[in-house]
Amino acid sequence: MYGRAQKIIYAVFVIAVIILGWSLDNEYYLQLLIFIGLNTLLALSLNMLMGYAGQISLGHAAFYGIGAYVTAILTTTYNVEPILALPAAVGAAMIVAWIVGIPTLRLSGYYLGMGTLGFGMIIHILFREWSSVTGGASGFVGIPPLEIGPLIFDSRRSYFFLVWGVVLLSIIMCRRIIDSRVGRALRSIHDGEKAAAAIGVDTKKLKVQVFVLSAAMAAMAGFLYAHLIYFISPGTFNFVASIRIVTMVVIGGMASIWGALFGASLLTLLPEWLHAFSEFEMVVYGLILMSVMIFLPRGLTRGVIDIYYRYRKSHDK
Amino acid sequence: MQEILQYLFSGLTNGAIYAVIAVGFSMLYSSTDLINFAHGEFVMLGALGMVSLTAGFGLPLIPAFFLTVAGVAAAGMLFERLAIRPVRHPEPIVLIIITVGASIFLRGAGMLIWGKNSYSMPPFSDHPPIDFAGARLLAQSIWILVIVTVVTAALHLFYRRTLTGKAMTACAVSKKAAWIVGIPTKWMVLLAFGLSTGMGAVAGAIISPITMPSYDMGTMLGLKGFCAAMFGGLGSLWGAILGGFLLGILEALGVGFVSSGLKDAAAFILLLLVLYVRPQGILGSADVKRF
Repeated sequence: MYGRAQKIIYAVFVIAVIILGWSLDNEYYLQLLIFIGLNTLLALSLNMLMGYAGQISLGHAAFYGIGAYVTAILTTTYNVEPILALPAAVGAAMIVAWIVGIPTLRLSGYYLGMGTLGFGMIIHILFREWSSVTGGASGFVGIPPLEIGPLIFDSRRSYFFLVWGVVLLSIIMCRRIIDSRVGRALRSIHDGEKAAAAIGVDTKKLKVQVFVLSAAMAAMAGFLYAHLIYFISPGTFNFVASIRIVTMVVIGGMASIWGALFGASLLTLLPEWLHAFSEFEMVVYGLILMSVMIFLPRGLTRGVIDIYYRYRKSHDK
Repeated sequence: MQEILQYLFSGLTNGAIYAVIAVGFSMLYSSTDLINFAHGEFVMLGALGMVSLTAGFGLPLIPAFFLTVAGVAAAGMLFERLAIRPVRHPEPIVLIIITVGASIFLRGAGMLIWGKNSYSMPPFSDHPPIDFAGARLLAQSIWILVIVTVVTAALHLFYRRTLTGKAMTACAVSKKAAWIVGIPTKWMVLLAFGLSTGMGAVAGAIISPITMPSYDMGTMLGLKGFCAAMFGGLGSLWGAILGGFLLGILEALGVGFVSSGLKDAAAFILLLLVLYVRPQGILGSADVKRF
């Protein structure tokens, strides 16, 4: 039953993507949907770490940035084929995550948050200051479009299908990991790290592994971002960007794959809607963030379900 | 020698600022177990409030200073009452996002009130810079050091000598136990917010003449003050002061001898080192959650 429901959801998802991809002609909407896809990848990657394994990261934009900068430097400065730059970009993020993860993931709570924050800031400053390689504060221009063999992804429509294809594959991958033995071990860390260790889960190793996996997914999003925009600058990967990813996960609902999709959509669309407020944009954005967390601390999806149950309970009496 | 002295002076000045900001973080953390990511924004409010009151309303320096600090402290208490107390399940991640939301809100509000320009503010007094073996010490730097010393001493006395201060320390040790012996913990939390954001405003007000205050100055200052607090030991008053001064001096020497571009990185590299090697900080107590 569970499996069949899931297949139906996937089918609906695929059909929705295909219909949207063929019917939309507006470049702006396609671009917006591509960004929702990229943000979903980011939210999904952090959700594996934060929602399932319970480890906070306030520096996730660093991996997003590493993915983007590695491919930008390889394809533009060294004329490497984008398809060969992909494993390098993802691999670089994984190696960095592994090296940083081993000491950092020994911390917990606020201290882990601070450690990842510091790491994110250092990587951001590196992008900004190492200007001979990264182009410095003014950014990196002239990144080529993505080519895979005879396929060139230079139109919005083709990129839309590429990004959402990757999103679908990532969702399936995460779903399968979570439903596996490893996934159960991960959730046991979330519920009680010492208890998990006591029943034989190698918590240290597992935490680093999920950190590396999460970094790889974020780097994938960075890779796709660089070849979409053809231009990257350090501002995209700063502290605010890291916090935005955290917000997507929390607002969508932790430990929920479709919540990641929802949170990413909401936080991509919200600034577009808020343009109507022009100067009041930041004030309204901050207020929304605070009120959602005060009144629905388990995220919007869970929050609405909770309210529904409370409503039914009060009416059953 | 002369160069080193010059770097040392600028390091001491910046360090004093980081120290005051770090004290704000540390104080709040010890009595509420909360890290306020909007703290830097209160520093910004202090700096721009000072500019507005002196240049805009023509108030003399001293009333403007006290009015700014009192106003920002009131804003901080309002923030606690409206956004922190209603939270039913105060988990770290929820509080982090609420305070980040508040920082975005305050930055937005700052932009609405003061616009996107930077302001300039005359120093507190017109004394010429003082020569010290060839290195120059600005009069404003002396003001900063004196005010920071006075404020720290006052805080120390408050914690040690007054009943309210002792009650706050009790809250920091154990909120439940403090409540049982009759300390109104809710008021103590409110007071901690007021004191902490007030300290932020002090930092903002005293640096307004040496930086160009603008609505977005707070974030970096807040993060660095936070690094200083971690460095010295989160939750310890003297640790925060020590951390602030050490960070300021190290940063200044880094600018002088390595590169000015990497100046901002120094604080965060230090933060990581402290976390890896001694997460309780230099003066912090040892019971840090580190698995």
